[in-house]
Amino acid sequence: MGFIDRTARSFLLSELLTGLGITLRYFFKPKATLNYPYEKSPLSPRFRGEHALRRYANGEERCIACKLCEATCPAEAITIEAEARSDGSRRTTRYDIDMTKCIYCGLCQEACPVDAIVQGPNYEFATETREELMYNKSKLLSNGDQWESALALRLEQDAPYR
Amino acid sequence: MEHFFFHTMVGSIILIVLKVLAVLVPLLMGTAYLTWLERKVLAAIMLRKGPNVVGPFGLLQPFADAVKMIFKETIIPAKANRVIFFVAPVIGFALSMLAWAVIPTNDGWAVANLNIGILYLLAISSVSIYSTLLAGWASNSKYSLLGAMRATAQMISYEISMGLVIASVLLLVGSANLNDIVLAQKHVWFFLPMFPMFIIFFISCLAETNRPPFDFAVGESELVAGFFVEYSSMAFGLFFLAEYGNMILMSAITSILFLGGWLPPIDCAPFTWIPGPFWLIIKILVCLFCFIWVRSAFPRYRYDQLMRLGWKVFLPFSLTWVVLTAAFLMITGIGIYGGAG
Repeated sequence: MGFIDRTARSFLLSELLTGLGITLRYFFKPKATLNYPYEKSPLSPRFRGEHALRRYANGEERCIACKLCEATCPAEAITIEAEARSDGSRRTTRYDIDMTKCIYCGLCQEACPVDAIVQGPNYEFATETREELMYNKSKLLSNGDQWESALALRLEQDAPYR
Repeated sequence: MEHFFFHTMVGSIILIVLKVLAVLVPLLMGTAYLTWLERKVLAAIMLRKGPNVVGPFGLLQPFADAVKMIFKETIIPAKANRVIFFVAPVIGFALSMLAWAVIPTNDGWAVANLNIGILYLLAISSVSIYSTLLAGWASNSKYSLLGAMRATAQMISYEISMGLVIASVLLLVGSANLNDIVLAQKHVWFFLPMFPMFIIFFISCLAETNRPPFDFAVGESELVAGFFVEYSSMAFGLFFLAEYGNMILMSAITSILFLGGWLPPIDCAPFTWIPGPFWLIIKILVCLFCFIWVRSAFPRYRYDQLMRLGWKVFLPFSLTWVVLTAAFLMITGIGIYGGAG
């Protein structure tokens, strides 16, 4: 009986037809595609994207050159040089992030005591050359200026969970 | 056509060229858009959207791909046989177009209305194996050679059962002219009385055109891309066009042998208003959809399974069916479906 059953099934192609039926059903289902450059998925406020250096509302840069981020960075992507400014405050003269080394772990943001270095919501910063990914201080500061409203909102939304 | 000009030497040549263009231009557009259709259908089955950026619904995608292909560099392997390396894709492409000479798109509308049309098609599909074989050999690469050997063995195996299926159709019709074969299906399309043969023919078509689940020649996971792994640029493009051209050709042959060619499904008013070529195109599209649909559903066969299916299942089955058909026609005394008997 088992033999007849098996033979009948293989000659009537019943298993193959079942498979075809499943694919045909999926053919008519609504599509799951996100039409990417035109549609984007929502991001968590904790999303770790492109780095930015923030400023205070009066325009003073937040970074105090404590070098905690440099110390904590597991990929050693951050390079900081600092000296005292003429008004006596301690500021960076150089703040570089090698974005090709960075692993986007977010530890620099965790380490920062003044919320200066943050990872923003931007993930569309692909470049044509490798050199463009060696971010310096002015690039990071301009990122901060560009994304400040989004960055502040993200920090505020995430604050209750910290 | 009755005009005097077309009876002169020059006139008849122009007429033939126009006829050829009337077939080839839509055919080349068809192959281009078949790649689009395949990507769209596969995408839909995988819950994706497929190409939709270049032009409305991605309809200009084939042209973008063609431009990209043409501007790529042609790379020739150092140890390749240069002449054969370039002749192989040309043979493949030319043959897949050449076969259309005998395909009738309406009553008597074929570039060449041969009395042995079906034999011509069999010959062309056999010769097109050379394209694969030569490409694999001339590339001087182990992957190419393995792919070519597999493809050749596969195509030869399935050609036999395909030939037997065609033979049983010929027995019913009593003519090897494709026009007569379609006209013999005036009352009932052959896929109804010959349903098992229709299925075998369709599966053999898949094997013959190296489509999944029988795509050993290109087996991406084992052979990278099989016989055309060393090809790039337009030489690769020609293989691509030939593959899709063959798919359309096989769909057309399936439509003509089993689905009544240009005949409408019911021979009465609303259906006969639509001209014959459109019916043929609709039937070809249905077959092409099945080709793509099958690709989405099944994994690739193992090589020995493919050979087992070809030699131990299809061959005896189709042979038996030929004998049964012949016996049936002998006993009833005449070709029942309007043939010469």
